[in-house]
Amino acid sequence: MSIAVHAVHKAFDGHPVLRDVSFDVPGGELVALLGPSGCGKTTLLRVIAGLEEADAGAVLHDGAPVEGKSARERNVGLVFQHYALFRHMNVAENVAFGLRVRRRPAAAVRARVQELLRLVQLSGLERRFPSQLSGGQRQRVALARALAAEPRVLLLDEPFGALDARVRQELRQWLRRLHDEIHVTTLFVTHDQEEAFEVADRVVLMNRGQVEQVGTPRQVFDEPRSPFVMQFLGAVNVFHGRLEDGRAHFGGIDVPHPAAGELPAPARLYARPHELEVHRDPTAGSFPARVLRVTPAGSAVRLELHAPTVDRPISAEVEARRAEALALAEGLEVWVAPRRLRVFEGEAADSLSSSQL
Amino acid sequence: MGRIRNKGGGRSRGVLPGLGLTAGLTTAYLGLVVVIPLSTLALRASRLSLADFWALATGPRALASYRLSLGASLAAAAANVLLGVLLAWVLTRYRFPGRSLADALVDLPFALPTAVSGIALTALFSQNGWLGAPLERLGVKVAFSPLGVTLALVFIGLPFVVRTVQPVLEELDADMEEAAAVLGAGRLFTFRRVLLPEILPAALTGFALAFARALGEYGSVVFISGNMPGRTEITPLLIMTRLEQYDYPGATALALVLLAFSFLLLFAINRLQAFARARGGMA
Amino acid sequence: MTPPAAAAAEAAAALRVAPAARRPRRAAADPAWVRWGLTALALGALGLLVVAPTALVFAEGLARGWGAYRAALLEPEALRAVRLTLLTAAVAVPANTLFGLCAAWCITRFRWRGKTLLVTLIDLPFGVSPVISGMVTVLLFGSHGLLGPWLQAHDLKVVFAVPGIVMATVFVTFPFVARELIPFLETQGTEEEEAAHLLGASGWQIFWRVTLPNVKWSLLYGVVLCNARAMGEFGAVSVVSGHIRGETNTVPLHVEILYNEYAFSASFAVASLLVLLAAVTLAAKQVVAWRSPSRRASRSLP
Repeated sequence: MSIAVHAVHKAFDGHPVLRDVSFDVPGGELVALLGPSGCGKTTLLRVIAGLEEADAGAVLHDGAPVEGKSARERNVGLVFQHYALFRHMNVAENVAFGLRVRRRPAAAVRARVQELLRLVQLSGLERRFPSQLSGGQRQRVALARALAAEPRVLLLDEPFGALDARVRQELRQWLRRLHDEIHVTTLFVTHDQEEAFEVADRVVLMNRGQVEQVGTPRQVFDEPRSPFVMQFLGAVNVFHGRLEDGRAHFGGIDVPHPAAGELPAPARLYARPHELEVHRDPTAGSFPARVLRVTPAGSAVRLELHAPTVDRPISAEVEARRAEALALAEGLEVWVAPRRLRVFEGEAADSLSSSQL
Repeated sequence: MGRIRNKGGGRSRGVLPGLGLTAGLTTAYLGLVVVIPLSTLALRASRLSLADFWALATGPRALASYRLSLGASLAAAAANVLLGVLLAWVLTRYRFPGRSLADALVDLPFALPTAVSGIALTALFSQNGWLGAPLERLGVKVAFSPLGVTLALVFIGLPFVVRTVQPVLEELDADMEEAAAVLGAGRLFTFRRVLLPEILPAALTGFALAFARALGEYGSVVFISGNMPGRTEITPLLIMTRLEQYDYPGATALALVLLAFSFLLLFAINRLQAFARARGGMA
Repeated sequence: MTPPAAAAAEAAAALRVAPAARRPRRAAADPAWVRWGLTALALGALGLLVVAPTALVFAEGLARGWGAYRAALLEPEALRAVRLTLLTAAVAVPANTLFGLCAAWCITRFRWRGKTLLVTLIDLPFGVSPVISGMVTVLLFGSHGLLGPWLQAHDLKVVFAVPGIVMATVFVTFPFVARELIPFLETQGTEEEEAAHLLGASGWQIFWRVTLPNVKWSLLYGVVLCNARAMGEFGAVSVVSGHIRGETNTVPLHVEILYNEYAFSASFAVASLLVLLAAVTLAAKQVVAWRSPSRRASRSLP
């Protein structure tokens, strides 16, 4: 089933939390709602689930508005961030809950519970209580419980947020495989871009209650539509420059920027560390810099550079082999050539601080 | 689409069912059981002229009863602070056999019906009682004296200070005491300067709670007080006497004075708790 | 276990042990004579003030032997008092339990205007002297009361009769269940109920299958407290009863009458029943504290 969110507004005590949020989730896809904490993504999930009412706008399931429908008719499965397992029920009773309240025959309920517990790899733990399970096991019980009544949509709120790093990694891959197996339309909330990129077919990026960009992981990473998206998705260098005569200028170099007008205007230029080439000799479109620090990072080497024409430290990342060839060392004078630059007009700093650098 | 919903503003009421039913039942029941009866008192009071009220509320017998009720309650609440802090300290800091039993017994004055406490304390402290007889030989008369009233009020107020101070002592950072000790502070100095400021708000709350309870207390006091008008007659008992004489205006005037004292205290308790929370938040 | 994980586990174990290791050090900060002195003082005060009166109830009750004790309890008037007390509790406790559940649900599960006022009103009976609690019933239903003439015209008797006793008791015991449940439900949050709702449960199903099992210990304790007060209330009931022997006497009033008639050992024999009631209440508190370690073990009775 597809979900459409249309122009949803929501405020708590006069503070807007969601502002004109619209996007579509095609049936069968696995979509991540990604954004920094406090951006409204959990509220949006609750609106889609029907736990909160939007002040304006609509949520549509398969093209039909869901407002006024009971939770049973809506049939949405939600996994809460802290799982919200029924603590006085054991694993089997938790999973069976959605079926029992629908008065399904006992034998069918038992069979379905067994099937689901096999699916989430918890067979044999039927009689355990939530307090006797590990975080990862609770997470999977919550998932099985949400899936029991065959929901048409599965919603997950920070599904891996409360788990430690190793379990999180395993569960991510497992969730992806599970989705490929059952193909239920799934929307999950996360603040971790790595997680979103690894698991999701598509990503909805949110900031301050608004949707910044929707697209596949590749799309949003390669073609960020706003400085926020650029800065949120990993380390990035920000250069302050200006637009003039159809070109963007900074640090003594310039690149073509067709959108720039005749008159000078401030601009910000973004390049990711791996998008900066480092040379021993000047090349076209390069500026001089001095190496401040060299930090090996696996197959790559991270560099911290200082350029006299740029007002703040620059980070670059080069392949270890190339770093060796260049004989990079602290204090060395080099030339930096941006392979790729994204230009945004204006100079107002965005919500993200330079600490993202 | 784009319709405005939830016009009330603020947080949506949530999706769980039953607000209408439960809020309706709650309000109706509350109105019937509490609000209507209590407003009868206000209605009665409104029929009194100010001069009548003043005459009824400040007669010599009434004034004597306020003096005793306020004085004995104040003394009892103060005694409760000393006893309560001592008990809370011993129960949280020391380990000794029977500690959990002692801890449970602290609640007994709450759980024991007041009439039982009343007759038991009276028998205990009467002229030939287990404790009354030896005290009598020392020249101390407890039963049928203001001292007896105070003692009964100490009994019923005992749990308040213990139960407000106990959690504070339990959560108090031991590091703070140790830091003080390392800095060379004596044990008593540490108590006065480090612990006392921490437990004071809780002890004050306990004091106010015990005071409020003592002011309205009836059952545990009437037996031990002897009920001599002007000497050992507490205000609740005087109200009772007026009611038995069908003197409703007199009873109403006294009840209003007593309620005013109680609500002043409840207000003070609220302020104290807000103050304690603010302090806790800063720490 | 990989080395970093092992190190982390070790560090965690060290952290867990630390507070336990500190405890004796802290206790040792006081010299032994201070420790024993203060303990003796505290236990002495508790003994004289709390244990002695309680022990005295049994000692006096049994002063004339088991036969007299039994006779005092089985006397027809005593039995009638017990019956009236049970009847009163049988009305007041279920009514206030139902109310407590409703109040707790609408206060902790929703945000709406007027909630704060409701909470204040619920606390009201705790701030009022029992004598005044009884008095308002008299003012409303007594022969000189607001509804008195109407009641008389219809030959209904409330004050100095069973209905008045029940009403005064309901008023006094009104907040207990609500006061236990509200803070407990507040800390529980609404997620389990929301989960049940999304899984398709109806309002009743949510209440019976999710909420009630979660609050049962808290609820039980509130009911026990409410019952203890309903059976033990003296001041409020004293105002409305009129002390008609065998008709409007509850157990505490019966104790008073016997005492005032100098039938001390009978009075204490009946009083010992109420001491047992208190013991049950305290035991229930221990059970609840033991069953739900998450709740503060030393929550006070109101």
